[in-house]
Amino acid sequence: MSEELLDQVTQADYKYGFVTDIETDIIPIGLSEEVVRLISSKKNEPEWMLEFRLKAYRHWLTMEMPEWAHLKIPAIDYQSIAYYAAPRKNAPQSLDEVDPELLKTFDKLGISMEEQKMLSGVAVDVVMDSVSVKTTFKESLAELGIIFCSFSEAVENHPELVQKYMGSVVPYADNFFATLNCAVFSDGSFVYIPKGVRCPMELSTYFRINAINTGQFERTLIVADDDSYVSYLEGCTAPMRDENQLHAAIVEIIVMNNAEVKYSTVQNWYPGDKNGVGGIYNFVTKRGICKGVNSKLSWTQVETGSAVTWKYPSCILLGDNSSAEFYSVAVTNHHQQADTGTKMLHIGKNTSSHILSKGISAGQSQNSYRGLVRVNPKAENARNYSQCDSLLLGDKCGAHTFPYMEVNNDTAIIEHEATTSKINEDQIFYCNQRGISTEDAVGLIVNGYAKEVLNQLPMEFAVEAQKLLQITLEGSVG
Amino acid sequence: MEKQYIDLYKQQQESIKKHSSAVLNSSRDASFALFENLGFPTTALENYKYSDLKEALSIDYGLNINRIPIPVNPYEVFTCDVPGIHSYLYFVVNDAFYPVKDARNKDLPEGVIIGSLNEVAKTHPELIQEYYGKLSTTKNDGLIAFNGAFAQDGFFMYVPKNVVLEKPIQLINIMRSDVDFMANSHNLIILEEGAKAQLLVCDHTMDDVRFLSNRVTEVFVAKNATYEHYKLENSHSKTTNLSTLLIDQQTSSNVLANVITLHNGVTRNMIEIDLNGEHCETLLCGMVIADKKQQVDNFTSIIHSKPNCNSKELFKYVLDDVAKGGFTGRLMVAKDAQKTAAQQSNRNILLSKTAKMRTKPQLEIYADDVKCSHGATIGQLDETAKFYMQSRGISESEARLLLMFAFTNDVIEHIQIDALKDRIKLLVEKRLRGELSKCEGCVICQ
Repeated sequence: MSEELLDQVTQADYKYGFVTDIETDIIPIGLSEEVVRLISSKKNEPEWMLEFRLKAYRHWLTMEMPEWAHLKIPAIDYQSIAYYAAPRKNAPQSLDEVDPELLKTFDKLGISMEEQKMLSGVAVDVVMDSVSVKTTFKESLAELGIIFCSFSEAVENHPELVQKYMGSVVPYADNFFATLNCAVFSDGSFVYIPKGVRCPMELSTYFRINAINTGQFERTLIVADDDSYVSYLEGCTAPMRDENQLHAAIVEIIVMNNAEVKYSTVQNWYPGDKNGVGGIYNFVTKRGICKGVNSKLSWTQVETGSAVTWKYPSCILLGDNSSAEFYSVAVTNHHQQADTGTKMLHIGKNTSSHILSKGISAGQSQNSYRGLVRVNPKAENARNYSQCDSLLLGDKCGAHTFPYMEVNNDTAIIEHEATTSKINEDQIFYCNQRGISTEDAVGLIVNGYAKEVLNQLPMEFAVEAQKLLQITLEGSVG
Repeated sequence: MEKQYIDLYKQQQESIKKHSSAVLNSSRDASFALFENLGFPTTALENYKYSDLKEALSIDYGLNINRIPIPVNPYEVFTCDVPGIHSYLYFVVNDAFYPVKDARNKDLPEGVIIGSLNEVAKTHPELIQEYYGKLSTTKNDGLIAFNGAFAQDGFFMYVPKNVVLEKPIQLINIMRSDVDFMANSHNLIILEEGAKAQLLVCDHTMDDVRFLSNRVTEVFVAKNATYEHYKLENSHSKTTNLSTLLIDQQTSSNVLANVITLHNGVTRNMIEIDLNGEHCETLLCGMVIADKKQQVDNFTSIIHSKPNCNSKELFKYVLDDVAKGGFTGRLMVAKDAQKTAAQQSNRNILLSKTAKMRTKPQLEIYADDVKCSHGATIGQLDETAKFYMQSRGISESEARLLLMFAFTNDVIEHIQIDALKDRIKLLVEKRLRGELSKCEGCVICQ
């Protein structure tokens, strides 16, 4: 591949960089017990919620930022971040009341809300700077008994559910970033699918970070009761910022007997510019538990953004015959760093898990897969297959694989495969020979390489994900 | 745990230094300072995640700092001989090179130096100076630093330019003591340009006490040289074997390392091979058969520092009872090491509910024009294959044995010394049949 082409491929700018001018309500920067109390009181939270936050905050003070990841992160000053920002206007009742600026933002993203509502019937719970502004299709979902609302609403209207499940998968003392989230989380989404209900539409949330220097700390809690099904989409695009922004989210998923949850993410936070200036620091704790028998949980992620990604969507396979899947495409360019992967903890009998991870590194980026497959002594007949492939575009980037396999039961069958290579010159030559330019050939090969994962995404998302891949990587080439 | 050794060093450093040559003492204090800082490794360290050495290190071992000669007839314990092998034969008893006049060693080619590291350091100080500690002192590792502080002797081998050793060198490490004993030895192996040598290292224990051997081996393989390293561990369950093998490969050199653990207590093999020149070939393989409470961890690291090198790695484990296996296969490709081809494979079989295997194949790649792959599996014997054999009249136990033997066979096939290959085949077969849970002819193991 020619140098020129590589440059073209790797020099493309972030196309979603824009700032929506909406007044926001920011509390003073810094973190202290007062700030935690202030956040809680601003959100009119009940006493138990405040207690939870304070417990987490006090524990957080005793913790240190983990350093085991293959990442170079400049020291983060947690006292220079504002921990809460909310659009000042009162939450609108219908789409017409939504700030037109905000709607424009979504238009710029290429998929307007109206379009989404009309064409795909996707219910969108828009989270913009921490407070849920608008929830659509709530009524039609409510008829089925499905609860899909912002986290604060859930705390207000369904405290028994929140109290029962919050922190049951990711405890407040789980890790540095999760604990921080527990203390200061602003808002997020809550989904409850009652027994025997198959959610008729794909539930979707757009997260955007929109005010200067505000970390965003959202929390998602999904509970799928017996025999239910839901597919949940999360997509992120963030506007261009110069200073690094901190993002530490928690996603908890509980899957009961015979239920199935499919969670898909397209993450495209601002990755910083060509010189590695700015960008989002993304430290996410995502974990699901297959609690019931025959339950199924599937994670699909397309990671194209963020300056630093630290993210390990995990599954605890507790119920007998439960299964889990993890599909990931992680693309890093310029100075991006990603350390991402999954954990599959086999505890129940006859559990199975499948991991498929595709890493693509370009520019001067570092892309790591880090995964754990653990089979507990009582997990009879556990089955895992993992495949981790890395594709290198350029001689200054790195691709790394850190798989851990810990097996304590002799009936387990665990397989792991990994390959690392660059784009095959033969393949490019083959395309050239048939009149396809080198630029197009690279695009074709990269898309083909990621196809196995992209195929797992719901239709609406797959289109956007494919576009994102091209924008992140191919730039003018695609 | 560390404190008693730190105190010991502070009190005894005069006698440690008195009994070893100046060259070996030159980096001693620095190593000690590093150890004082690092301490013994714990499982909290990423590199020791699968080596739990706490119990083994907490025992109060004796050290032979004043180099009191230990009377032993090495030929007495040397019953695990490989029949039919024509080799040069040398012994290290505990941590000291044990000089014997063996008729087999008479036809050693001219210029080849084999002997005690401490003695050669006196007769050829410039040679030792050039190489001693060059690989080990750069490592930030508690055990290696400990060795650097306490090692006073070891095996030394020097093969001059273009000298080819037709016969393999056999080195027998014997542990002999009446009390719990710790041996720290440092081996140094130097192959000059175009030289060729094979080394077979066997570990044996003579007494029913607890031994800890912390051995560091540095190997320098110059341009176009070929080196083969075989390590056969057949010690007993009270032995803790901590061995570090550091190999530096220069342009167009060829290295084969084969590490076989048949019987042991706690074993940790740290192997690091640095491909420091272009067009190097490296084959690293190993096999572990462990049962009872044995614990084996192979921590391997292959570093491709220069372009156009090939490396292959293959490790196989068969674990039974409550045995614990650990494997780390780190493969690093440096930024400019283009056209690297590296393959790694780790396959494991668990035979009991309580056996444990932890494996961590890890690729760190900073160059783009590479072809690297790794594969790891943990599973059981193939039921259909077993059924196939049973349906043809082969008994279940025999079928199991055949499958296990086939499983380990591709590691054995990489052995280039025919007599050794046959011997290991036999030992493995016996081991798998359960007939050999101790070394043959050995009287102490239960």
